[in-house]
Amino acid sequence: MSTGLDLEYSFNELLKGLGLSSEIAHIIWLPFPMLIVLVAAVVGVLVTVWLERKISAAAQQRIGPEYAGALGVLQPIADGLKLLVKEDIIPAKADSILFTTGPVLVLVPVILSWLIVPFGQNLLISNVGVGIFLWIALSSIQPIGLLMSGYASNNKYSLLGGLRAAAQSISYEIPLALSVLAIVMMTNSLSTVDIVNQQSGAGILSWNIWRQPVGFIVFWICALAECERLPFDLPEAEEELVAGYQTEYAGMKFALFYLGSYINLILSALLVSVLYLGGWGFPIPVETIANILNIPINSSFIQVITATLGIVMTILKAYLLVFIAILLRWTTPRVRIDQLLDLGWKFLLPISLANLLLTAGLKLALPRFFGG
Amino acid sequence: MSIAVTTQFICFAVLSLVIIVGALGVVLLENIVYSAFLLGGVFMSVAGLYLLLNASFVAAAQVLVYVGAINVLILFAIMLVNKKEDLKPMKYLNSRRLISTTICITLLSLLIRVDLSKVWKIANPNLSIGEESTVRIGEHLFSDYLLPFEVASVLLLMAMIGAIVLARRDVLTKDISTGLPVDQELIEKSDKPLLIKKN
Repeated sequence: MSTGLDLEYSFNELLKGLGLSSEIAHIIWLPFPMLIVLVAAVVGVLVTVWLERKISAAAQQRIGPEYAGALGVLQPIADGLKLLVKEDIIPAKADSILFTTGPVLVLVPVILSWLIVPFGQNLLISNVGVGIFLWIALSSIQPIGLLMSGYASNNKYSLLGGLRAAAQSISYEIPLALSVLAIVMMTNSLSTVDIVNQQSGAGILSWNIWRQPVGFIVFWICALAECERLPFDLPEAEEELVAGYQTEYAGMKFALFYLGSYINLILSALLVSVLYLGGWGFPIPVETIANILNIPINSSFIQVITATLGIVMTILKAYLLVFIAILLRWTTPRVRIDQLLDLGWKFLLPISLANLLLTAGLKLALPRFFGG
Repeated sequence: MSIAVTTQFICFAVLSLVIIVGALGVVLLENIVYSAFLLGGVFMSVAGLYLLLNASFVAAAQVLVYVGAINVLILFAIMLVNKKEDLKPMKYLNSRRLISTTICITLLSLLIRVDLSKVWKIANPNLSIGEESTVRIGEHLFSDYLLPFEVASVLLLMAMIGAIVLARRDVLTKDISTGLPVDQELIEKSDKPLLIKKN
């Protein structure tokens, strides 16, 4: 198994060369990956917002944003600036403490979950042992924030939206966790790095999507439902609930919800690519290409190229999924709340359970292909 | 003290403070919604304590089960109960408070006494298994703790069925706590679906 680039090690060596102790070098290192990932997440949101505007325009035969920068690329920045300078309104009858805490509780777990997204062998903030389980646990905090903001707004639309959001994310969390469990069972590890490495054997052929097609579809549907994207955007269904739990929010607090939902979408896309599409892996294994070209895989030049390729592949796969999500949003009608809950409890839950059992059986029968 | 130890100590102090203040808030606040949200905060801080003890799996499970499921269900129950009734002031409120405070302080002193007696083995911190603990927990759950684990799941199932029977008022004709016949309006309401029925 190639170790790949280890930036932390090189950085620490550099600082030690300057005469600092390894502990201080570690503390100086710590904020860097966090800052980079945070900036990457925000830039990713800007790109996604622009894509959403452009693709929705294309789906409706419009042009979309046009004047802010070339092809309107600066439009999301203009949106963000507008939200930044807007007046921050707290309704007079609202509960101001809960009203302010709600959006924070929605955003923080989503950003924390980026801790485990790998862009390469060593290119992630922390390779924690509980890995993907951490994401499942963190995403279960979000409903509390939604309930909080729905309740604190003192508005019946908000409360209904908050309750719907919480009901939806609780119902879809179970099939989501079960389909992740099938992958974990094949990998024998919860760590996202191990999950990608387990798929890296034969390039595109060894990706989990071929071994877990049902799990892939269940996971994708549940991820869309967790992100509250159409066809599952009932918590903010405009025609019924004005804007659901966001109704009373304006300015920066609304921006937090907006940011949170898009960061969550990108995170879900990244995790689908990590769990099912081989993560940072190139469709043809890099080792094979290096062997054919007779280049030693451990030379530093190749290492840098491999790492760059890994980042590009991860982002490419994620944005392909984001594209599909946007296309789905602008081409599908919304489901009703009873259909939504029926789909979650009566269809996805049994299917993901059966998928888990089947995976366990196949793992025992064909340990070579399903992880021994 | 090295930087790591100092950080750990600060984290421990902050988490303990949040747990104690939060737990007091859960009990003492008049507004039940605040209590429920604070309970979530207390659960999160307990998860933080587990993290400090290198038990990351237990911490994540704590967040998933207690914050993500139990606390959300408590909030749901609070927000969906819309029965408007005039709450009467309780009799002997002060003496009731006094009795419960005495019982709680007695329990607390008992716990402190047990804690100080150090009857249990303290694991050697150098022998911490760290990330491997997830595997160990799995092994134990499927071998020597299999029966308790399964019995607990049957217990939860029973609780769930009981809750459904209690909540669906058309199952029983009498109210469980008061013994009065159930509000007829509610029975009729539950027969009519709130949303358009699927064919």
